[in-house]
This record gives sequence, structure tokens and C-alpha cells, in this order.
Amino acid sequence: MAHAAAADHHATNTGVSNFKLGFWTFLASECLFFGTLISTYMVYKGTALVGPYPAEIFDVIHTTISTTILLFSSLAMVLALHYLQHARKNLAILWLGVVIAMGAGFLVMEFQSYQKYIGYGLTLTSSTFGSSYYVLTGTHKIHVFFGMLWMGILAWRIHRGKIAAPQAEQVEVAGLYWHFVDIIWIVIFTLVYLIP
Amino acid sequence: MSSVATEQSPVHGTSHGEETGLWSWITTVDHKRIAIMYFATATIFFFVGGIEAMIIRLQLMNPEQNLISPEFYNQLFTMHGTTMIFLVAMPMAVAFFNYVVPLQIGARDVAFPRLNALSYWIFLFGGIYLNASWFVGAAPHASWVGYATLTSSQFSPGLNTDFWFISLSILGIASIAGGVNFITTIVNMRAPGMKMMRMPLFTWMTFVTSFLLITAIPVIAVALIFLGFDRLFGTVFFNPTMGGDPVLWQHLFWIFGHPEVYILILPAFGVISDVIPTFSKKPLFGYPIVVYAGILIGFIGWGVWSHHMFTVGLGPIADSFFVAATMIIAIPTGVKIFNWLATMWGGSIRFTTAMLFSVGLVAVFTVGGLSGIMHASAPVNLQQHDSYFVVAHFHYVIVGGAMMGLWAGLYYWFPKVSGRFLSEKLGQWHFWTTMVGFNLTFFPMHFSGLFGMPRRIYTYSADLNVAIYNQLATVGALIFAVSAVIMVVNIVKSWRSGEKAGANPWDAPHLEWSIPSPPHHYNFPELPNVQSREPLWNAGEREQILAVTMGEAKEEPHMPNPSYWPILLAASITLAWALVMTGVWWIIALGIIPVFFCTLMWGLEPAFPEGH
Amino acid sequence: MSTDVSAQSGDHAHAAKGPGEDHSSVAGYIWIGVILAVVTFVEVAVFYIEALEAVEVPILVILSTAKVILVVLYFMHLKMDHKALTWLFMSGVILAVFMVSALLVLYHVLPRMALSL
Repeated sequence: MAHAAAADHHATNTGVSNFKLGFWTFLASECLFFGTLISTYMVYKGTALVGPYPAEIFDVIHTTISTTILLFSSLAMVLALHYLQHARKNLAILWLGVVIAMGAGFLVMEFQSYQKYIGYGLTLTSSTFGSSYYVLTGTHKIHVFFGMLWMGILAWRIHRGKIAAPQAEQVEVAGLYWHFVDIIWIVIFTLVYLIP
Repeated sequence: MSSVATEQSPVHGTSHGEETGLWSWITTVDHKRIAIMYFATATIFFFVGGIEAMIIRLQLMNPEQNLISPEFYNQLFTMHGTTMIFLVAMPMAVAFFNYVVPLQIGARDVAFPRLNALSYWIFLFGGIYLNASWFVGAAPHASWVGYATLTSSQFSPGLNTDFWFISLSILGIASIAGGVNFITTIVNMRAPGMKMMRMPLFTWMTFVTSFLLITAIPVIAVALIFLGFDRLFGTVFFNPTMGGDPVLWQHLFWIFGHPEVYILILPAFGVISDVIPTFSKKPLFGYPIVVYAGILIGFIGWGVWSHHMFTVGLGPIADSFFVAATMIIAIPTGVKIFNWLATMWGGSIRFTTAMLFSVGLVAVFTVGGLSGIMHASAPVNLQQHDSYFVVAHFHYVIVGGAMMGLWAGLYYWFPKVSGRFLSEKLGQWHFWTTMVGFNLTFFPMHFSGLFGMPRRIYTYSADLNVAIYNQLATVGALIFAVSAVIMVVNIVKSWRSGEKAGANPWDAPHLEWSIPSPPHHYNFPELPNVQSREPLWNAGEREQILAVTMGEAKEEPHMPNPSYWPILLAASITLAWALVMTGVWWIIALGIIPVFFCTLMWGLEPAFPEGH
Repeated sequence: MSTDVSAQSGDHAHAAKGPGEDHSSVAGYIWIGVILAVVTFVEVAVFYIEALEAVEVPILVILSTAKVILVVLYFMHLKMDHKALTWLFMSGVILAVFMVSALLVLYHVLPRMALSL
């Protein structure tokens, strides 16, 4: 329960900070945001009037690799947080760097895929498959990119001594964002690439 | 530390120790000031939407009239609906969330004060942007529901629909931010002893509404992105010639749209759930049931959306599911009605204006609910859909329900905000002209609707024989307009020279009445300790709380810093979205840079004074 | 891993310990990462193995759900945190799953059934 002290504006009913609690609430809304994008993709699955069609162009192996990179970036994220919480500043920065690098790796591989698909004739406007695929995955990539920027700023602030173990929650919340973006990709990978 | 002034500050809604002047309002993060700004702005938009309605009513007064062009008529009803829902009803409810919830739970402010300010400025700028469309002769014109393919670039080639989808996208951000803010506030910032099941009903309904906001708005946000992409970049989401389905727009819109109507009504239900007990001198009958009914409405409200689509041809199985869900949701709603009545039964009733509006809501909303049940039957719906019967229904529940509830809140909480009562005499005039005007406007529409007058038409044939109903409605609208003027006159007069009110002028039970009127900017000198649902109605608890809350703070409590980043970020967001209208990728990308910059600077700025 | 969710952000009573202390929780994280990768490879295998085509969809859904749960519970620490966070997040998850399912039924299941009505 909350403390009665008038000046103590940190105390919360749950013991969880407002920032973290509010962010989990925001993630609930993001579930609906991506849920709508995913629903639309699923609604339009199999409805494209013209090709190319998913089975013709998807390189599952290539995407499996990029997916695995993203998965491991989540691992790097928890490690970054862990080391920051244990006051291992340099390891925290290193692992945040790994997160960024892996995010970049994911994006690069995915843009390679985009280029290939465009080459096959799948564009934003070519079919319901094209529209729903690019808007869904494109939105995801924008989220990844934003996450990378966020991590970069955090790494810089840790480096400058503005963020240390007592402020680890800032990295924890960024981590929640990053893991969430990873989760969305897990769902996309299965529903878009694997399920027929 | 500066000592706090000891005399009651004058009735400008500010409190001791707080700055005055324009800059202080622009940078304010005080929930009370933000609430006042929300209320004032929403009221201005109420008159904008009202004028739009008056022109509509004048045009429809007689059959085959040509006061205005069909195109202008389409813009009027589109803007009327969009304005009233997004720029009036929702923000006015948020005004009350803002002012009242922190006080009811015993908090100094909301969880994220700067985010709170951001929501307000986004609302203001988004509303201005939407109405800017009038000045370029391109107001949105495809109705507030914007169905595909009418809104496609093929059938709506001008800027009208661009203004529409961009404005709503801007406004949606404010709502999601607000939802997150109030959920966090309610979960995390309650005073000691303020368990969830002790919170006032208004706070509970704010809580449920906030969940609806954060889950429903993202859906329309995506739908608007699809629409924008279709219009600007040639995607085929709703393009049937390329395999897209216009009905998908309807699904996505109404998946948002139905929770949206519960977003509109639940705050009003919350208000009267506080007002009726106060003026019956009896605790709310069946408190837990009313809470659970509210939660259930919120939850089931997610499962009824296609009752707006019974004429689309989804098939009997889908239709039956939505019929069932829609009828079921009437149950928790009905339960609330009975609880309000049971609260009044055997109580010692005072018909203050707040109470009049509350009881009025119960009566009028019931009428709206009955026509709603009629719509719920799919076969009956086939007759009623797109007719004035629907217009009658939703005005009964939104105006008679949501707005009257909020006006009850106005009369109830005005003394707390300003330290003065609204005039009860003007209040009675306000209430009765509202009741007469409103019912005269919308009751005849049940008839014109059932006799075959479609909605969204700029004129109608004399052969339809509905002229009389339209005339009655127009006269009613004029009376209703008078009631709106009376309301504003009351507010302005009373703010300056209304009868003074103390901390608890109504002898009400909840925590907001345990502090001075108007409150100190820090609300509570010390957080009170709560032991029941009606803290000020229980003798020992009351004394103990007032001893804490009516004093002065021994030292200035830590309050969040004012900040100019909320208004700057709101302006950047509005600008970025406005640039979307160009349809040029790199311009849009450039527009995102100030957004990023403002967000970063906000993140680096400390929320509280250093050394906390 | 920390289990206490005090209001003070990430404040741990202990100073940095030696490698032994770090490894126990680091090792746990690495294990989860490995499991996630392995499950991914299994999913891809299921995708390619034609014999499993009939049950492909349920298996894939179950496997990816398992991955999501692992990330949420352990990487995002939800299992160890206050239950309020679970409730808040799950409200979004449940509604999103409902929406995806409802639209799938409306668009892909019902039309096929209608043909037999």
C-alpha cells in the first residue's frame, strides 16, 4: 500500500513505478494496434487477385535467420539490463550495442527481402497481399528502428554517467518495448510466413 | 520555502502558490487547469457543432428546400457528428476525469502530468486543424463514419476526406495518452485505504472508459492509416476492383465505433452515480453491482459491433451472434437504471439542477435504450437502418444520456472548481429548456424515421408526409439552442458573482469535498486515510480526514514542474500529420524530425524539481 | 533476478558480485534464448515437413504462443512482477486475440459454412 508521507510522490499502490505500469498499459494498446494490422493481413490472405503470391516469393530460410537475429537481440536486451542493474556499466553499453547491431541486421535482411519481392512484382499497390504485407511489416520495421534509436540514446546516457544502476528502470522499460516488438514479429513470422 | 497564503484565493480557479498569466496556462501540468481548458474548449466546439446543426435543421424544415447546396449539407452533417463526438462529448468527459479523479482518490495530480497537458494541446490543435477545412472550402463530407468507397480518392477526390482522416489520427493520440494516464493514476495513486472497491463510481467509470479508449482507438487509428494509404499511396485495402473489401472498413470502424459509444456514456453514468446518492442522502444502492455492470458493459461492448452492419449481408449466423450480444448488453445497463432508482427510493431528495439533469438522464436514456433494443433485432433493423429512427435513437442516448450526465456534473462540481454555486434559477431554466427543446427536436424523428425519411439527405419530397416532424424538430432545435446560451450565461455570471460555496456545499460523501473550494494547487496538504466508500458520511472517519485535508501544508509539497514541451510536441505532431496531406514521402519524413526532437527533450527534462 | 518491485527503480541491495553470481541469472536468460531459437527451428521444420501438413496450423500456433509466453514471462519479467501488470497487459492481448479470431471467422469460416446452408 502507499505511504502516507505527503512529500513522497514516488510511493505507488502497487509498488510498481508509474512509468513501468503506464508502459505496460501502453503495450496493451499496442496489442490492438498490431492486432488490427494482423487481422487485416489474415482477412486478405488468399484474396489477392494477381500475383506474385506468398508461396512463390517467400524465402523462409532467409526470414528464419532474420527472425533468429531478432530473437537473440531480445536476449542481448535482458543482458544489457542485467549488467546495468549490477552496475557493470561497460557491459551494459556493450550489450545495448549488440541490440542495436542485431536490430540493424534484422532490418538489413528484411529490406533485402523487400527488394527481392519488389523485383518479383509485389508492391504496396499491386494487390491486397502487397498492401497488407508491406503496411504490416513496414509498421513493424518502423517500430524496430525507433527502438534502435531509443537504445542508442540510452547507451549514450549510460556512457555519460546520467543513467546508472538506480536508474536501470529506464532501460527496463525500453527493454519491455523491445521485447514487445520481438513478440509481434514472432506472431508475424508464424502467421505470415509459415501458416499457409 | 515560501509560506502558503492564508486567504481563500479569488474565484479564478487558481489556488495559492500558483502562477497566473498566459504563460503559466500554456506550460501548466496541473490537472485542474487542464480540466478547465478542456471544458472551455469543448464548450466552444459545442457551439460550433450546434451552429452546424441549426443550419441543418433550417434546411430540413420544409420539403424540397434549397437554402444550401447538397455538398454543403454533407459537410455540415459530417462536421456536426465528428465535432460533437470527438471535440465535445469526449473532451468534456475528459475535463471531468481530469478535475475530479485525482481529488476523488486522494492524489496530488495524475500519473503523468506532462502527458496530460499534451493530450489537451493535441485536442486543441487537432480540433483547429479539422475546422480549418471550412476555411479552404473542403470540410469533410462523407459522414462521421467515413465509409469506403465513398472516401476513396476516386469518389472523394478533394481534400475533404484528407482533413478528416488526418484530424482523427491526431486526436486519437490524445485519447490513448489520456487512457494510459488515467489507468495508471487510478491503479497506482490512490490514497491510503482507498481500495479499488471504495472508489467513487465516477472514478470507476473513468477507469473502464480508459480501458475502452486504449483498446478501441488503436483500431480506428489503423483503419485511418489504411484509408490514408489508399488515398495517398494507392494501396488497395478498400478497393474492390483490386480485391479489397469496403466492408472491412465498416468492420474496423465499428470495432472502434461501438466501444466508442460506451466511451461516451460511461462517464455520464459515473457522474450520476455520484450525484444521485448525494441528493438522495443515501449511499448508492448496490455499489458492487453497479461497478461490475460497468465493467461488463465495457467488456461486452467489444462484441456487438456488427449490429451497425445488419444491412450489409454478413449472413444469418453472424447476424444472430451480434443480435444476441447486443440484447445481452442491455442487461447490465438496465441493472444500473434500477440501482439509481433504488438509490432514490426512500431517500431524502433535493432537486438541485444537478439532480434534475441526473434524473432526466435516467428517463431520457431509457427512451434511447428502448429504441436501441428495437435496432438490436436484425429484421427490424432492416427497416430502421439509415432512417431518422436511428438519428432519434443516438441523439437520445448521446445528448439525453452523455451530455445531460456531463451537465449534471457541471452543476455538481462547479462549486468545487470555482468556489461559487451556479445559479439554481438559471439552472432550472437551463434544464427545462433542454428537456423541452431536446425532446421536441428528437422525439418526432422516431416518426419521420419509421415513415421512411432516410438520414443524411439534404432535402425530402413533400409526398413523404414528414414535413410536420421536421418542423417540430426545427422548433425544438431553436429551443435547445436557447438552453445552450442559458448555460453559458450561467457559467459566466456565476464564475464572477455566484453565491459562494464552501468545501462541501452539497454535504456529499467523497474526498473531493474534503478540501477547500477551489482547492490548493497541491490538492491535499497531506494524503488522507480512507476507511469506507462514503468517507465524509461516517462520523469518526469524517473528522479524522477533515483534520488532515482542511489544513494548510506545513511545507510546500513537491509538485511537478510546468513545461513547454507538451504544447511544442502537440504542435509538432499536428504539423507532421498535416504534412501527410502532401502525400510526398520525404516531406512527411521531415515532419517527423520535430516530433522526435520534442520527445527527446521532454524525456531529458526532469518531471519534478531537482533534489526530490 | 530481482523479485522485489519496490518503487525505487531497479535498486538492488547487493553491489556487483563476482562472476559466479552473475552467471546464475545470465545463464537462465541464455537458456531461454536457446529454447526460443530451437522452437523457431522446429516451427520451420514443421513448415517444411509435408507429412505434418494436416496438423501444421495448430502446431505452429501452439509453438509460437509458447515463444511469446516465454518472452513475456521471463524476458519481460511479467511472471515475477506485480499481478496488476499482468492484468493490464492481458486486457489488450485478450481483446486483440478476440478481434483477430472474430475477423477470421467472419471472413474465412462463415462464408464457407454459408455454402452449405
